[in-house]
Amino acid sequence: MRRHPSKHTPLALALAVALVATACGGGRDDGEGATATTEPAPADTAADGGTEGTEQAASCPEPSTGITDDTIKLGGSYPLSGPASAYGAIPTGVDAYLTYANAELGGAPGVFEGRQFEYIFKDDGYSPPQAVELVRELVEQEQVFALMQTLGTPPTAATWDYTNQQEVPQVFVATGATMFGLDDENHPWTIGWQPNYVSEARIYAQYLLDNHPDATVAVLFQNDDYGMDYLEGFRTAIEGSDIEIVAEQSYETTDPTVESQMTNLAQSGADVFFNITTPSFAAQAMGFDAQSDWDPIHLLNSVSNSLTTVGAVGFEPLQGMVTALYLKDPQDPQWEGDEDMQTYLDNIGEYAPNADPNNGYVVYGWAVASAFYALLEQTECPTREALMEATMALQDVAFQLGLPGITMNTSEDDRFPLEAMQVATLQGETWQLEGEVIDTREVFGPVEDAVG
Amino acid sequence: MTWRERLRDPTTQRWLRIAVFVAMLGIALWAPFYFTPFRVFQFTRVLIFAIAVLGLGLLTGFNGQISLGHGAFFAIGAYTAAALMEKAGWPFLLVVPVALLITFALGYGVGIPALRLHGLYLALVTLALAVVTPPILKRFSGITGGAMGLNIDIPQAPAWTGLAEDQFLYLLALVAAIAAFALARNLVDSRTGRAMIAIREDELAAETMGVDLARVKTLAFAWSAMYAGLAGVLFTWTIGFVSPESFTITLSISILAALVVGGLGSIWGALLGAAFLVYLPSVADDLNQAAPGIAFGALLIIAMYVFPGGIAGLARRLWGRLLAPPRAPAPATAGASTEEGGEP
Amino acid sequence: MELFIQQVISGLATGSIYASLAVALVLIYRSTDIVNFAQGEMAMFSAYVAWALIGAGVPFWPALLITLVGSFIGGLLVERVVIRPVEGRPELTIVIVTIGLFIFFNALAGWLWTYQVRGFPSPFPQRTLELGPVRAGLPALGIVAVVGIVVGLLFLLFQRTKLGLTMRAAAENPESSRLVGIRVGWMLALGWGLAATVGAVSGVLVAPILFLSPNMMGAVLIFAFAAATLGGFDSPVGAVVGGLIVGVSENLAGTYVDVIGADLKIVIPMAIIVGVLLVKPAGLFGSPAVERV
Repeated sequence: MRRHPSKHTPLALALAVALVATACGGGRDDGEGATATTEPAPADTAADGGTEGTEQAASCPEPSTGITDDTIKLGGSYPLSGPASAYGAIPTGVDAYLTYANAELGGAPGVFEGRQFEYIFKDDGYSPPQAVELVRELVEQEQVFALMQTLGTPPTAATWDYTNQQEVPQVFVATGATMFGLDDENHPWTIGWQPNYVSEARIYAQYLLDNHPDATVAVLFQNDDYGMDYLEGFRTAIEGSDIEIVAEQSYETTDPTVESQMTNLAQSGADVFFNITTPSFAAQAMGFDAQSDWDPIHLLNSVSNSLTTVGAVGFEPLQGMVTALYLKDPQDPQWEGDEDMQTYLDNIGEYAPNADPNNGYVVYGWAVASAFYALLEQTECPTREALMEATMALQDVAFQLGLPGITMNTSEDDRFPLEAMQVATLQGETWQLEGEVIDTREVFGPVEDAVG
Repeated sequence: MTWRERLRDPTTQRWLRIAVFVAMLGIALWAPFYFTPFRVFQFTRVLIFAIAVLGLGLLTGFNGQISLGHGAFFAIGAYTAAALMEKAGWPFLLVVPVALLITFALGYGVGIPALRLHGLYLALVTLALAVVTPPILKRFSGITGGAMGLNIDIPQAPAWTGLAEDQFLYLLALVAAIAAFALARNLVDSRTGRAMIAIREDELAAETMGVDLARVKTLAFAWSAMYAGLAGVLFTWTIGFVSPESFTITLSISILAALVVGGLGSIWGALLGAAFLVYLPSVADDLNQAAPGIAFGALLIIAMYVFPGGIAGLARRLWGRLLAPPRAPAPATAGASTEEGGEP
Repeated sequence: MELFIQQVISGLATGSIYASLAVALVLIYRSTDIVNFAQGEMAMFSAYVAWALIGAGVPFWPALLITLVGSFIGGLLVERVVIRPVEGRPELTIVIVTIGLFIFFNALAGWLWTYQVRGFPSPFPQRTLELGPVRAGLPALGIVAVVGIVVGLLFLLFQRTKLGLTMRAAAENPESSRLVGIRVGWMLALGWGLAATVGAVSGVLVAPILFLSPNMMGAVLIFAFAAATLGGFDSPVGAVVGGLIVGVSENLAGTYVDVIGADLKIVIPMAIIVGVLLVKPAGLFGSPAVERV
């Protein structure tokens, strides 16, 4: 078996290096985000054929597996078929951004010296054993440098023992489960990206504390880690306040409808309805809300807040519905002429001709890939260790399509890149941003406190 | 004596069979030391799946009872192993007898009501079993890890063997598969096995001839469930993770599809069908990444056209044609369809 | 009490969704003696066709008509092109082919129309009927009514027309039917066409409630199986009654039996089915299979 060079590097050493690096680099002036790096502009590097980088690489070890003279190979595992295939639009967005970066940004940035991205994603059908097989294939057969996303909590949980044993970065996994940011001891090679479910639940708690401090709440949640994380996060956030959960109902993904659960929740007559569901079920719950004479304040989780989903139900009866956002929606007129949005809309058609640019998952894919690009800009050596060090030292790093004021921040004891979101309400056919961006770590403290 | 006649000679055939078996065993033992760990891991998955398919084959192919719920027994085998290893800290080999006993007993239990059900109704009741198993497992989160599932440390080879993890797991699965196949062979050839086949062909006739219907049918269910349970244990060892998502209805349906693709009523068909189903997704993914399901569905249908009696049936037919004197019609051995009388 | 009635009504509404698909399943079983796993996906596909037509500016009723005719032809074609080559093979082979069709249609719809959730106009007014404290959505009541009409029409077709009689003969005894000059192959195809049409009705009725997506019918199919099994797989009336029982029983179990709760409410209908079948193996309304000796 071919061992990866990294296999021989004790992790402790890597972490020690990381600590030193952060300590020394603390004063570095890169607070202005992704564009403020001191590295030469990527396009220049590419033009010079990468010669410039050699002196800098002198202090770096040999590039890791998956990095050749002119390519950097990444892998991903997503459900492209089966019941969860809606998420299959994500890699389309990721692939579009990376192809765009290859063609128009001169390939990978920074120490990666304009190497062309090679992105291989495969279909795991949301099946954990299938994901294990694919991830092994990507790591052992395809010899990828890093896994740029595995999707879903079960497939990611099934693969993270393996990736961490092999010391292969498994970055920006597409799940908001808190477990992927809390185990730096045993799983330092895995990190999430999107705001975790607990953080988002705290946003809603904050909204209620500010606006309806003595509300009664009815909750509909999916009976798995995703639903529980939200519910528990919310419960802890409202502890000690006058807000009270008066009814909770769960559903299984194998249920055809949530009609019965909604009937029970409506019976509670609660002031607030907290809708923790995936798009099809969210649409049903919104439909129920629209038709019944129960008229609660409707909190819709961001998993389902795509305007396509809301529009499927109809905007008119849902006016005033509350959600939390961290990405810009292409259907939202307020982003017309916005620079990020323009770049996205100008290029998505060219690099993903079959994708629907309004699909929230395509938007997400583009955003997370641009965040990965920004991460590479921060990486100090073309190695797996350096990439992981960079994931733990993000300071105010911007990415494309993020809401104004939302940037990535991590540290040794904060392995959640995004923890801020902004409340928005449905006005007409768009989400109207309300108040300020809320940084949940600042307001409520680290996520660890909520999940124990 | 022409070469055809020589091949048809029973003694030659027996020697041929032994030679083929030895050769295959040789290849199977050599493979893990030649192929990359990833390929070895894939072979292990095929072997594991084949054990489950073989178990369903005993029930459906040889006894004529259809089950769309074998994923449930598979899941219970897998969870038993996971819970005992992870929560109770048992050594991995010790979980095998427990898991086998539990799934055997459950299979026996399901076999009793199944006595009153036939064909389609049995198929759908067992489907119900596959549907309710994941939420029930989720409910007992103290043992099963609930929706989060359980991560298990993958068994490692004793140091003296010098085997890598994947080689070790492969060899474990190989031993289990050989045992399972040998047992199936013997079972099919035994008195009970003949009674099973007699029931498949004609229940009424079998009963008149003194076959104890209830005993044979429930036993067939129990054995079959135990095979699925064994596959489940091996699954836990190899994948190192169990969660409700790993055991959806898709699993039960895949086991059935593999059985039919491989060939009902054929012991070797189980292995071929399992290989087909393990490799099909990646072929489909390569053919049409925008929508792998389109290719997957189409390939599954095409397989049914191309292999009327399953892959094993095709092999048998080709062999029959090879033995037949030139220009004469193929002998009756080609009638694979009579072999797959899985009368639903 | 109010909650109880409300849950019963909601159960009836959900049950009618199961029933509508179960009728299509039963239809194909009666006329071709196989269970079509792809029935739900075909219904979903029909609903998408209607959605695409409406999106292209065709008014609702003409779009529905085109969809029904198209589904009939589509069902006919599926039988002729896909099922024909495996006709006469062991039933399990055909079952696997329909599973292949299931996966194929699901992926094709996703590829053509993406997996995003879509709204679908209901042919019935989006209002709720109020009877005292009890409320029932008109779209749900509409399903019950339409499914009733469909079952009535099917009854007339099979019991009162020559064509229906011929179809039944072809399914029950293909050999003898061939001898008396019935074109059995076409009768089977006709069965598929009819089932696809009934499925299309189901898809169009269900889409406004469950919202249109390629996976809309996946979960419904399991419950439709349960409904048909409970009612007896060769009885359309049984399918409807079975669907309603399943719908109501799961709602009540989920609401009132604390040990069960919402997460295990699926267990109750399944248990009922096993219980009923143990007493009456052919289902509530099914005719017991006669074994030819």
